[in-house]
Amino acid sequence: MSDVIEATKSETAEVRVVENVVCSFCGCLCDDIVVEVDDGGITRVRKACANGRGFFTHYRPAPRQPSVNGQGVGWKEAVAEAAQILNAADSPLIYGLSSTVTEAQRKAVKLADRLGAMIDTTSSVCHGPTGLAMQAVGEPTCTLGEVRNRADLLVFWGCNPAVSHIRHSSRYSARSKGMLTPNGRQDRTVVAVDVRPTASTRTADIFLQVQPGADFDVLAALRALVQGKEIAMETVGGVPATQLSDLADRFKTCRFGVAFVGMGLTQSRGRDLNVSELFTLVADLNQYTRFSVIPMRGHGNVAGADQVLTWQAGYPFAVSFARGYPQYGPGEFSTVDVLARGEADAALILASDPVAHFPRAAARQLEHIPTIVLDPMPSLTARVARVVFPTACYGVDAAGTVYRMDGVPLRLRPALPRARPTDEEVLDQIIEAVM
Amino acid sequence: MSETILVQNGQVYDPQNGVNGEIRDIWIKHGRVVAPEEMDRKRAQTIDATGLVVMPGGVDIHSHIVGAKVNAGRKFRPEDHRDHVRSRTSFTRSGAGYTVPTTYLTGYLYAEMGYTTVMEAATAPLVARHTHEEMEDTPILDKGAFITMGNNHFIMNCIRDGQRDKARDYVAWLLGATKGYAIKIVNPGGVENWKWGKNVSELDDEVIGFGVTPRQIITTLAWINDDLGLPHVPHIHGLGLGSTGNARTTVETIEALGGRRAHFCHLQFLSYAGERGNLPRSGAAAVARAVNEHPNVTVDVGQVVFGEATTMTCDGPFQYRLHRLTGHKWLNDDVEGETGGGVVPIRYDRKNPVNAVQWVIGLELFLLTQDPWRVFLTTDHPNAGPFFYYPQVIKLLMDRDYRAEMLQGIHDRTRRNTLLHELDREYSLYEIAIITRAGTARALGLKNKGHLGVGADADVTIYAPLDDREEMFARPPYVLKDGEIVVRDGQLVRERPGRTLYVDPPYDPAIETDLRAHFEERYTLSFDNYPVSCEYLPHGQVVACE
Repeated sequence: MSDVIEATKSETAEVRVVENVVCSFCGCLCDDIVVEVDDGGITRVRKACANGRGFFTHYRPAPRQPSVNGQGVGWKEAVAEAAQILNAADSPLIYGLSSTVTEAQRKAVKLADRLGAMIDTTSSVCHGPTGLAMQAVGEPTCTLGEVRNRADLLVFWGCNPAVSHIRHSSRYSARSKGMLTPNGRQDRTVVAVDVRPTASTRTADIFLQVQPGADFDVLAALRALVQGKEIAMETVGGVPATQLSDLADRFKTCRFGVAFVGMGLTQSRGRDLNVSELFTLVADLNQYTRFSVIPMRGHGNVAGADQVLTWQAGYPFAVSFARGYPQYGPGEFSTVDVLARGEADAALILASDPVAHFPRAAARQLEHIPTIVLDPMPSLTARVARVVFPTACYGVDAAGTVYRMDGVPLRLRPALPRARPTDEEVLDQIIEAVM
Repeated sequence: MSETILVQNGQVYDPQNGVNGEIRDIWIKHGRVVAPEEMDRKRAQTIDATGLVVMPGGVDIHSHIVGAKVNAGRKFRPEDHRDHVRSRTSFTRSGAGYTVPTTYLTGYLYAEMGYTTVMEAATAPLVARHTHEEMEDTPILDKGAFITMGNNHFIMNCIRDGQRDKARDYVAWLLGATKGYAIKIVNPGGVENWKWGKNVSELDDEVIGFGVTPRQIITTLAWINDDLGLPHVPHIHGLGLGSTGNARTTVETIEALGGRRAHFCHLQFLSYAGERGNLPRSGAAAVARAVNEHPNVTVDVGQVVFGEATTMTCDGPFQYRLHRLTGHKWLNDDVEGETGGGVVPIRYDRKNPVNAVQWVIGLELFLLTQDPWRVFLTTDHPNAGPFFYYPQVIKLLMDRDYRAEMLQGIHDRTRRNTLLHELDREYSLYEIAIITRAGTARALGLKNKGHLGVGADADVTIYAPLDDREEMFARPPYVLKDGEIVVRDGQLVRERPGRTLYVDPPYDPAIETDLRAHFEERYTLSFDNYPVSCEYLPHGQVVACE
């Protein structure tokens, strides 16, 4: 075991320039990053946005050793402790997955299958409702290159890419130049929908300020208007009917429209019903022109987590293997619900920090049950965990596969030599040890 | 596990070597069929096949089992999986899904049915890496991926500019970059036009913005295929799939090849006679006649199975039409500069006049195509029905009483109008062995598969010769993969990885200069990050070009 899992030592001396590096910070997966490396680590990052630059330059491969109950131990010892926890559990939970490579995600699902565990991804607290909407009504979508090459009308609904997906505009959407859009921004109409002005709404041609919680109403009105129906109200969800009417006409007469959907829609009142209404509107619009929708996925490989769980278990998140086969249960097997109800008696958290992000009742439960963490970064969850495996960071010093928000898979090109084991190596050892 | 196995006294059907039900022994060593003198009889494990039927492992020439489109189908159909599950065992993974099973379950179900090689029928080049990840998680089976090229911008630009050689070098590069097995053509030009909300319906329609035609795309790719000497031929999903009147276009497409070799897939969906706007009638007779007259052509049928199915094709405009027709939920995915696709669930009902005629057309194609070496068994899984219904289709072909009985249950007018009443033909076991393994392996250019001669891969299926052919083919007592017993007494006893088969044709590297510029202009990822590296194929095997 030790030859696989022990650290690989850096032996490089002079400055190396690594090109076409994939930045795994967000779902954009920009793959044109230039990273300069010397003996001491990353010295310079070019082309990346502020988020991406920080992702590379702030990375420190420390600590090097795993810990049990806060005490540094050897890898073998930590694996044995993790296996002991998982073997002793009646109802273990595996959660996270979205900030690591599919190679590790595949192992995580295998481990869940082996243990009869529940497994869930960060989708269940972000785009889970998008998945439910897709299952209800379908999803007309396209790759980001179609947006670049064809789209003359863009809608950003409940998302703020100027902050969260900073290069989205220049690489893929509003400002990118392509086959039918040689003049970039001038060739496109940009519509932003949000409950308040943001950095993204300020650069839009049209801003729809929707009352909080009224997205569904506005979408339903747009659907009616697109179908040629009249609406009697003067405003819908705070938006003047005349503005909606104008928008419906623009939607129907554009050449190739694309709606990007963010958590403003998925996590506000109505959730999956909001998203279903948007997806249905987009499907309806294909009677008049071509129109697509792309969910703005946040974490670098959350889209990959959906894919892996689906090809191995049939469902994208909130899966339980407790009966020996996969069962799907958003609300039943989704992690916040499981923890808040006290239904898990051990947890393995992979590349995620639920203690920092979950509702208090759910987060507190992770302090009460034995928790195992695999993460390259220090986290609040790691602080309360019984076993912590500090692993290599995907895209910085670990290779593997990641899926872009539009489902395009990319191979990571880590610029740094690996100083710690990868998630999949540790998971492999745990799988061996629990068998 | 013994390295050497003797399959003794079986009734062997090995059409590639002309063996028609004779009692033979098959000797296996290190995963290959060997001559008796190479074996140490005393050390061999013996499988007593006395009274049993021995065939090469099944070879499926067209099935949608892995990749972006299939996984999208899985993801949006939880209702498909809920009641169709399999529990984990000490050596197998759990799974779920009926028309779109999970990857591990797909491997198990195919193997339990005696199939050992399956070709994934359509992969968009841009997401080929995804296909390879799923293939690696699909155990036991040897697999390969067909790469969609019928709506590719680079190829269409080359055709417009009269640069046939450049298109050839690109195709060779693309097959290597995606680790693909064959050229796939889906609704050439129609999928590009769908990005304008339109389609093509005739061979000489124009592809918007490119000034080329479906005819040019097909003939160019057919020439390229021959020039590169690829093991398979261009695998064509033609024009107007699912549309009344497409039988005429299908015949024209066969004729347009000018004698060049090609395979036409799921031909049932492309054999509809009648006037546009009306319900389809069977065009099987005309299409089968064209197939019979063109020895350069092979086909698979895409037989409809009554019940649940999930349609999934790269044919975006067709999927949209089906969505509008049925009102069922719709997935679409347009892929930059290359292709598109969609998924729509469907249920085939025997009393529905369209579904009934689809069922009839498939059987008519099987029975009217004279040469079994050129017509193959598929359900275009999961488009016309799940692959695990192949045994039912075999029974329909081998047993005309069963066929007549099934025919009684379908939509009245369709039943009265079909030729099926007059078609007495019953397939023999020898012919079934051709349309399920020997013929498909030959059409795919897989020299070590589909037969049991010396040097063949020791993929062997042993059936009990039951009168009920459906039962016989559903549960073979023994299945060997590469000389290892994976099914014994009808039970899966071993999981092992399968191979990924791919081609690696040579090309002029000068093309990479043009490609870099093309990627800068059109793609959203860099040229250097596009190719699928060997890490994705730990069980990869190159199949040579000629």
